[in-house]
Amino acid sequence: MQENTILVKEPLNSAVVKFVIYKPLIAKSAKAGQFVILRGREGGERVPVTLVDWDAQKGTITVIIQAIGKSTAMFNSLKQGEKFLNVAGPLGTPVEIKKYGTVAVVGGGVGIAEVYPIARALKEAGNKVIAVLGARTQELLILEPEMAALCDKTVCATDDGSHGMKGMVTDAIQKLHDEGEKINAGFIIGPIPMMKFTSRLMDKLGIEPFASLNPIMLDGTGMCGCCRVTVEGKVRFACVEGPMFPSKTIDFDELIRRTSEYKPLEKELLEKYQHEKDHVCKCGLH
Amino acid sequence: MPSPSSPRQQGKQLDPQIRKHNFEEVAQMANCPVGVQIPAFIALVKDGKIGEAASKIMETSLLPAICGRVCPQEKHCEGNCVLKEKFGSVNIGMLERYTADTARKEGLLKAPVCAPATGKKVACIGSGPSSLAAAAELARAGHDVTVFEALHAFGGVLRYGIPSFRLPREVIDREIETVKSMGVKFQTDVLIGATETIKELLKDFDAVYIGSGAGLPTLTGIPGENSVGVYSANEFLTRVNLMQAYKFPETDTPIKIGKHVVVLGGGNSAMDAARCAMRLGPDSVTVAYRRSAAEMPARAAEVEHAKEEGVQFEYLITPKEVLSDENGHVTGLKCTRNELGAPDEKGRRRPVEIPGSEFVMPVDTIIVAIGQKPNPIIAKTTPELKTTERGVLALDEEGKTTLPGVYAGGDIIRGGATVLLAMKDGIEAAGRINKYLQGK
Repeated sequence: MQENTILVKEPLNSAVVKFVIYKPLIAKSAKAGQFVILRGREGGERVPVTLVDWDAQKGTITVIIQAIGKSTAMFNSLKQGEKFLNVAGPLGTPVEIKKYGTVAVVGGGVGIAEVYPIARALKEAGNKVIAVLGARTQELLILEPEMAALCDKTVCATDDGSHGMKGMVTDAIQKLHDEGEKINAGFIIGPIPMMKFTSRLMDKLGIEPFASLNPIMLDGTGMCGCCRVTVEGKVRFACVEGPMFPSKTIDFDELIRRTSEYKPLEKELLEKYQHEKDHVCKCGLH
Repeated sequence: MPSPSSPRQQGKQLDPQIRKHNFEEVAQMANCPVGVQIPAFIALVKDGKIGEAASKIMETSLLPAICGRVCPQEKHCEGNCVLKEKFGSVNIGMLERYTADTARKEGLLKAPVCAPATGKKVACIGSGPSSLAAAAELARAGHDVTVFEALHAFGGVLRYGIPSFRLPREVIDREIETVKSMGVKFQTDVLIGATETIKELLKDFDAVYIGSGAGLPTLTGIPGENSVGVYSANEFLTRVNLMQAYKFPETDTPIKIGKHVVVLGGGNSAMDAARCAMRLGPDSVTVAYRRSAAEMPARAAEVEHAKEEGVQFEYLITPKEVLSDENGHVTGLKCTRNELGAPDEKGRRRPVEIPGSEFVMPVDTIIVAIGQKPNPIIAKTTPELKTTERGVLALDEEGKTTLPGVYAGGDIIRGGATVLLAMKDGIEAAGRINKYLQGK
């Protein structure tokens, strides 16, 4: 078996694909909260992707990729049996797993998949684990059965009310609190505004919040300094010191500004790529 | 990358008690840090024996096409050339480059013959100049060597830091091919300290050389430094050189450049960043350095090239604050002007702020090129390895780390130096590793 080979490809919804990749060295050393860098082709970007699962025996790692730009769209067009060009990792500092008491693992969209291994490790460490899962609509809410099987309690919130309660994950957390659930710590992965408001609410409710940050990265190995974020007023590098940080004092607005820099370009390129991919040539020359 | 200048090298001189009895040249051409036999190789070039000249260089340095291009010759060989005062120095760097390139082109370049296999295995961490030099020397001594690179391409700073207009990518590829032809194995995507620890490596290898290089950038710490449009030189150069963002959208990694760019710093990385920025088409690129031209650590040729290409230089400037608009985009850099005060411990005159000299540079891209810290990953995951307060790996007087069988060199022990000094460390460490393995 060649390294980087895609053993399983499973679409989870229209834009999200699960890959099981053969990569024994990473499978052997991965820990909850770490990520890998993927590259799909020569000249391709280095894309950081959270490790969702790993199996040291089989030598496999699992990642879940949402097509948000050209690179991720190209990843998701790879077929079973094909290979990623590069898979490097496991990168980042693992999440500190210990007995906190009762913990909430909060996932938004693809963040649900990313928070899953943290939930599992926290459960194994003897915590009472409550999953709070959020998405825009039911179709985008992934891995609920897996989370429900793992966690002591699972609540869902969708923006349109198509599944679980209608509202945001913050509404769900507030409700848990109002119902008398005493939560000690929260681990949040999702869109930046969701992590910002969840951290704020948790702080207010006396829950210690942690958020996994997704700044722009290049090498992902502690070299370029592109992923700098401000935590407790200090510059920290998410690729080596994070990506999970205590999130009470993270400057989320700065993170939003810094991650927005290439967004318009990303969107433009994705549209161009999809147009070219879907374009069936009728000129008769090909 | 950015290179605090090494002190001016004093050329080796014959002992006065010996030389007063003979007519041999007083200054010895032995001030090449990697020991290239300069008069010998130049004599062979003069005789048109290019292949032999290349072999002569490669007796001590296996990367001549790279050294000829990026070494700060004016601080070493050319700076100590006996012809310098009267006639100007021999262009030793260019001759080395010519020799390496011509020998390669004409098929005369021979990889050195390796000693019979010793059966010992050595891991070299990183594939930058230090590790490459160590790997080549260890292979020459007959060891079974594997190079582990964290990124997707080999060469380390040669690939992500130094631009192709100064060091063409094919030159790096070819020099690495030479090392490969000596039997050295190369692996990408292995980040030692994460993918495998040093302790795990020591189960499979008899010795380890850590040449993992520089890490996170040093930033100025001034307010507003996380504004959009502020790059570290590492990020800027990595985008352009490693990820080839200048070919975007043919390649997938983009880069944004404003109309007016300022580069903070005065080392080689600052020059590389300024010259790369110039090629991305802004209206102006300015290098702002806190001391004067005389203290700039960059290689003289790079400063000249930058000036020729239209890069402007502002000396005696200290950045104070990054100004930005409501979207966090850079709109300017608040600075003060300095004058030179008393010399510091390295003998460079310290910049002293002139009161009331505050002004704003109207820029929209800022590149911070003031140095970097050693990469933290290996030290963090290997508690047995001691580091100094600067975060660099601590070595004993024999060049060993605090873990038996583990040696280190280059920026991981220097914090930020030159390709040449990194190579020198690699070559010297290879010698120590040979000795260590003989006793094993």
